[in-house]
Amino acid sequence: MRVPLSWLREWVDVPSTGDVSADAEHVHAALVRVGLEEEGVHGGALTGPIVVGEVLEFVEEPQSNGKTIRWCQVRTGTTPDGEPEVRGIVCGARNFMIGDLVVVSLPGAVLPGPFPIAARKTYGHVSDGMIASARELGLGDDHDGILRLATLGVDAEAGTDAIALLGLDDVAVEVNVTPDRGYTLSIRGIAREYSHSTGAPFRDPAKALEVGEGDGFTVVVDDQGPVRDRRGCDVFVTRAVRGIDATRPTPPWMVSRLSLAGIRSISLPVDITNYVMLELGQPVHAYDLAALVGGITVRRARAGEKIVTLDDQQRVLDAEDLLICDDDGPIGIAGVMGGASTEVSASTTDVLIEAANFDPVSIARSARRHKLPSEASKRFARGVDPLVAEPAAQRVVDLLVELAGGTVDELGSAWVEAKRPESIALAEGYVDRLIGVDYSLDEVTDSLGAVGCRLKPEGDGWLVEPPSWRPDLVDAPSLAEEVARIVGYDRIPSLLPVAPPGRGLTRSQAVRRAVGSALAAAGFTEVLAYPFVRPADNAIIEGADVAQVRVANALDAENAQLRVSLLPGLIAIAHRNLARGLTDLALVELGHVFRPEPGVDYGVDSVPFGTARPDDAVVVELEQSIPPQPWHLAALVLGDRRPRGIGQSAEAAGIADALDAARLVASVAGVELRVASGAHPALHPGRTATLLVGDEPVGVAGELLPAVALERDLPRRVGVLELDLDRLIALGSGEVAARPISAFPAATQDLSVVVGLDVPAGAVLDAVVDGAGALLEHAELVDDYRGDGLEPGTKSLTLALRFRAPDRTLTAAEATEAKNAGLARAAQLHGAALRA
Amino acid sequence: MPDTPLISESAVGAAVEAALAAIAAATDTGALKAARSAHAGEASTLAQLNASLRDVPADQKAPLGKLVGQARGRVQQAVAAREGELAAAEEQARLDAESIDVTGIPPIRPVGARHPLTTQMERMSDIFIAMGWEVAEGPELENEWFNFDALNFDPDHPARAMQDTFFIDPVERHLVLRTHTSPVQIRSLLERGVPLYVVAPGRVFRTDELDATHTPVFHQLEGIAIDRGLTMAHLRGTLEHMARAMFGADAKIRLRPSYFPFTEPSAELDVWHPTFTGGARWIEWGGCGMVSPNVLRAAGVDPDEYQGFAFGMGIERTLMFRNDVRDMRDMVEGDIRFSQQFGSVV
Repeated sequence: MRVPLSWLREWVDVPSTGDVSADAEHVHAALVRVGLEEEGVHGGALTGPIVVGEVLEFVEEPQSNGKTIRWCQVRTGTTPDGEPEVRGIVCGARNFMIGDLVVVSLPGAVLPGPFPIAARKTYGHVSDGMIASARELGLGDDHDGILRLATLGVDAEAGTDAIALLGLDDVAVEVNVTPDRGYTLSIRGIAREYSHSTGAPFRDPAKALEVGEGDGFTVVVDDQGPVRDRRGCDVFVTRAVRGIDATRPTPPWMVSRLSLAGIRSISLPVDITNYVMLELGQPVHAYDLAALVGGITVRRARAGEKIVTLDDQQRVLDAEDLLICDDDGPIGIAGVMGGASTEVSASTTDVLIEAANFDPVSIARSARRHKLPSEASKRFARGVDPLVAEPAAQRVVDLLVELAGGTVDELGSAWVEAKRPESIALAEGYVDRLIGVDYSLDEVTDSLGAVGCRLKPEGDGWLVEPPSWRPDLVDAPSLAEEVARIVGYDRIPSLLPVAPPGRGLTRSQAVRRAVGSALAAAGFTEVLAYPFVRPADNAIIEGADVAQVRVANALDAENAQLRVSLLPGLIAIAHRNLARGLTDLALVELGHVFRPEPGVDYGVDSVPFGTARPDDAVVVELEQSIPPQPWHLAALVLGDRRPRGIGQSAEAAGIADALDAARLVASVAGVELRVASGAHPALHPGRTATLLVGDEPVGVAGELLPAVALERDLPRRVGVLELDLDRLIALGSGEVAARPISAFPAATQDLSVVVGLDVPAGAVLDAVVDGAGALLEHAELVDDYRGDGLEPGTKSLTLALRFRAPDRTLTAAEATEAKNAGLARAAQLHGAALRA
Repeated sequence: MPDTPLISESAVGAAVEAALAAIAAATDTGALKAARSAHAGEASTLAQLNASLRDVPADQKAPLGKLVGQARGRVQQAVAAREGELAAAEEQARLDAESIDVTGIPPIRPVGARHPLTTQMERMSDIFIAMGWEVAEGPELENEWFNFDALNFDPDHPARAMQDTFFIDPVERHLVLRTHTSPVQIRSLLERGVPLYVVAPGRVFRTDELDATHTPVFHQLEGIAIDRGLTMAHLRGTLEHMARAMFGADAKIRLRPSYFPFTEPSAELDVWHPTFTGGARWIEWGGCGMVSPNVLRAAGVDPDEYQGFAFGMGIERTLMFRNDVRDMRDMVEGDIRFSQQFGSVV
């Protein structure tokens, strides 16, 4: 809402310091204190001399840069001895003719910017001032050419002060209105709020009118399909004015105010309805009375019914749309947009004014359905004071009579069936108990009185009747808020509540934090990718028939799926880093993935309505209506894990880094991770590991299929890891039972076995560990030899074994016996033979 | 025994002189070993003189024995001293040989970094954990009831349309990407009951195009406290404590009236940032208010017995003004240089 200060001052006293920007700042601060948000200031930042000029003649001069400028002779006043004062001015615009009145900024003037004007040499002439556009004067956004006063309907002598003529010294403060306070979308509402904030006396513009009445015009409200059981129309007031001249120009002061308020001047009748809407908050529509057939009926649309709206669009109506109809059919979508057939035009002489009150829900739905967010629908959707319709209609009548030369006609109607707002019981002390301030009784009653409530003592408190313009006041807390904000939030003291003792982080939260820190320490950089991916990104991880979730209104239609895996996001981020010349990467992300079960129909048919807690069964249904969204962890490495340096050669990253990261995560989560060879559609067939806890797969590590990597402009070797972090953490106990540490000497022995090439080393290691028994303390694979001295199709694996007993020094014979038992197990399971 | 040398002061003195000269001349441990063997070993002159003590008349045994013994002692001492000198010299030579330019040693494993948004959320959560609050979590893909209806957003109220919601296909199934962390309020009330003191950091979604100040995916920290007798003064106290913990003892907060469907009264929260780049100033930080009775009812809590407050603030926004991040895109693009400048600094 933009509020021209001159307009505000009509209804509330706003001090004037002579400095418009200081005044604007003061008004902003006052309005912010009572809950409006500061958005900006429009207009005002200019100083004269700025005068009306008359174009006497001009010469068009093509320039070497392709532009054509006009060298104009402009009369900007009269000299003391009665001669015309004429200045030569260069102008780049060409939308004017000889004889046009324009606005000239003379040397010494400053336009908004700030843009100081001086006589200066340009295009081979000395330009003695500047002909201004509407935008340059802060009069709206029009910058297609210079401002011709004829378009404002303004006639004035050359040399007249244009600042006073056009109200250019006015300034509008813009505030953001929260959606519960529809009444502040008006000068009336803003003036009231300014008064609340400052105590300055408020004069209600709705009460400053002599409201007359018309009658004899038939209006029928026949709502056969109330939306959510609320009748679509509670108030419908009509008034007729005859004999207007619709072609008369709108007076400059009105154009200036409308423009400062952000609304373009269209024609006098339309400008008047907009002006009244801004002033009182009541949307008003004017029909060409001659085009109306019979009386007006307010009813719901019939499915498939059509209307051509003011914007010349044919719109197919929905049965929920509320219509204004005459005997021939729809003449407007109520509260949203009027119809073309009864539009006021230049030839209109008699108008019918409509000021009605429509149900917020019905209007909001129609505006959304037809994508027609208008100034009117915005106000109705937030609630319009039902009692301001008649004053608003009167205000339009008065202005049409005054400015358009019309005469009041008796024809009209006033159907007002607005319900009174429901009264609210407010217990004494309630406000104090909610806000934590000891308010005096006077503070409570005065504050509520100031916002328009009527209080009646009842029981241990009051029965409070909110004013007609405050549909947001519905319960005791909303009244408490009024008291708190009118007295001021600064009165609220500061107290720290004491919570019951807490349990700290859950194990899952603690593990995720520790995992993040450990991986950062291990060289990984955490990133946070968007979860939006292409269908193909999900398919490459989980196969073409992967169940996936789609966003209905994605910003980028290509990336409308939610990720089933973190890897596509990491791949995209890796690519971005590479493109920026960062060639050694170790990335990690911890985040949610979206994993719908195939065939499950997620969501609900309808959500519970109302403010009571749904029954347990419904709560469970709601909780189960969303797809699983587990925490995953993914890592990606490419380039060098160890950089080249003095005395150090580079080491390329790959699957080993992915596995190491997995081991680190497992260690932090307290699970024993097993590595088995695996397969994955996006990974290198010979470099893919399935990661298991017990027999349950919890993730995959490997290197991207080179084709996949190259297609995404990544190098051929990219190590990746993805873990189902939730499962991994769930499988860890979080508790460690410590084993006693034996201080007896260890016996170390190596074991070299020969197995078939296809036998996984990890399986041989597992078998040896299994067979060697309790004396084997530690075992690791130290060599994989293939070549001379071995049968074709075999390889030799060497394991370093460390034996130790808890209670004695082992003999070499005991260690050998345990080693042989391990060998025997490997022989049995994998055909391992001792290497000769 | 004609070849037994005769013990005399001069003979002993000469043997000692010869031994000391040889020891001093040894320049490495090998040479010293040879000198020791030659002048103190079994075949050495001193050893032979010592052996000839057997043949010395009894009355001369003591003085001659002392003479020889002292001589042998002097030689042994000289050997030991020289040994020490040589060992030190050799160790020094080795150390010299092993010396490298420590300013040129390359990193073996470059250090990584956490994302500052993550550490920011953890730091903010920790302030509350220290007061006994707990950290609650909720799903990012949420049922509309949790995201809107239970939070007193009427389906037709403009406030709902203003949330710029991502809807899940098909939209008739009422699933959305949560537009705020506030649904965790409802989930926590349903799961944990009252009294309730939790914060909920997490990711939220709005249909804003990415630019320098907007991102469709961002993070919030939600807080909710429901207990007997909590007032808006407790809300102010909690937020003030948090502001001081985050921005220093000079930080202060300001509440401005506002509107949220799920709180009444509602307020915008400004923080006085004493060390803001370009000078101390008020900065919009988040929204807050007293939890609406309708919200409590929707979660099965009796609003006549319990009341409390809720608040929420943007993590990106916090990071932007706390750490002078100028462009939202730096936080979302995943350029490793962004996270790495923070390291794991909280």
